[in-house]
Amino acid sequence: MTARGSGLAMTESSTRSSLANRRHVLDLDDFTRGEIEEVLQNTEVMKEVLSRDIRKVPTLRGKTIYTLFYEASTRTRASFEQAGKVMSADVINVSAGGSSVEKGESLYDTALTLQAMNADMIIIRHAHPGAPYFLARNLDAPIVNAGDGAHAHPTQALLDMYTMQSHLGRIEGLKVAIVGDILYSRVVRSNLWGLTKMGADVTLCGPPTLMPPDFLKGFPEEHPFAGITIENSVDAAVGGADVVMALRLQVERQRAGHLPSLREYSRMYGVSARRMKLAKPNALVMHPGPMNEGVEIDADVAHGAASVIEEQVTNGVAVRMSLLYSLVDSNGGGT
Amino acid sequence: MTESSSNVVRETPQTSGRQVLDREQMRRALIRIAHEILEGNVREPDIVIVGIHSGGIHLAERTANLIAEFEGTKPPVGQLDIGLYRDDLSRRGRPVMRPTSIPVPIEGRPVVLIDDVLYTGRTVRAAMDALNDFGRPSRVQLAVLIDRGHRELPIRADYVGRNIPTSLDEEVRVNLLETSDEDEVLLLRKRA
Repeated sequence: MTARGSGLAMTESSTRSSLANRRHVLDLDDFTRGEIEEVLQNTEVMKEVLSRDIRKVPTLRGKTIYTLFYEASTRTRASFEQAGKVMSADVINVSAGGSSVEKGESLYDTALTLQAMNADMIIIRHAHPGAPYFLARNLDAPIVNAGDGAHAHPTQALLDMYTMQSHLGRIEGLKVAIVGDILYSRVVRSNLWGLTKMGADVTLCGPPTLMPPDFLKGFPEEHPFAGITIENSVDAAVGGADVVMALRLQVERQRAGHLPSLREYSRMYGVSARRMKLAKPNALVMHPGPMNEGVEIDADVAHGAASVIEEQVTNGVAVRMSLLYSLVDSNGGGT
Repeated sequence: MTESSSNVVRETPQTSGRQVLDREQMRRALIRIAHEILEGNVREPDIVIVGIHSGGIHLAERTANLIAEFEGTKPPVGQLDIGLYRDDLSRRGRPVMRPTSIPVPIEGRPVVLIDDVLYTGRTVRAAMDALNDFGRPSRVQLAVLIDRGHRELPIRADYVGRNIPTSLDEEVRVNLLETSDEDEVLLLRKRA
């Protein structure tokens, strides 16, 4: 709190934000553990706001947030939109279809247009890895990466970590098994940065054709991912796990020759009730969505008692509120 | 989660200050406030006590316990973080938020807000906005341990432990046994 705002500037209310110097959220690789902890702590408070009868707080009154989506999305875009609206920001959605993008406008020009309309934040999803970084380098507005190709999806990783922490009380020391298409998953890459910084014990499992070649080689000792385990057998990966995260298998991968058949994939790598018996008794089942039930995860597991998949969606709104709270400039003023 | 997590940076005072309230004086001030709250709510005794983060949280709990000693029943105690309602934050670096919980419906009930220091009044204004989102209390009253003056809004406290005239280059620091090793109020001179 500011010295002027209350007489408490030197008491315990002086909990200065470790996110004070952060402008963008591009991936979790440049987040400190303290920053992640602060996002998760504020998320807890935002959950309370979402549980109220009247889900509206005035924090971002008069602020404009643009979502710029070049790829299809239901939950991520709706989640950002709801987060902004609960905090009283105006949220304007721009998607590639039906916008000047169809007329051939470049990413840079589109984003520049949004900035000229006084965007207080631009949230971008793009098929090309690095697109959010390009905007962050060239624009003044804060940029949030809502998924760039197979590279990163930091807000998903934050909501995954929040969900683990809220159920299991901690992240440090948890055994997290991530199963499926590791090669094309931006969710995995952001989760690896976040989970390793928070001290989780991560095991990745998937068909060798869907595992990044450098992951298979193993990481040098000084690499942040050096502690990650790569496992061929799902039974071994899931054994004793606190969290089992299934990843979406894009059905196109089979046509591209990565897999012999979806049925075989499901049998060998699907998260089933039988496999979940190998995990810890209170283990959580997670999935970033959208799910292919019967492929990477069985329907009875996806909707079973251990599943927190729907809760991940609710938590996603709270995590994004937490980021908006910390990153969108407030101009003072007001009353 | 607690405030002891590693992301919390705490400012430490550069100077030691003049003590304006010691442990015994603070105890007596809170006893008097608790009695006055009871007297002020004779007609509607179903009060809800709400502490404002972070200085008011422990004072709210203590006041409720004193009321329980005098009356035999402890009023419900809530806590309010006003971070989402502030109007005076610097451009960036919003403070880490602390939990808000209002344990009972406040619609139609008298609410006593409690904070440690009343200064500009902006915190209290934000707290009233925050409270309104939980319902419409029959009355909202304000109790503070210290009123240091310099109001910027038309707000006054109903119950005051001690009025302490201050200048703008002074800080009022309230130490409580719950979070430090003494119950005391210090007046500190800000370093330029």
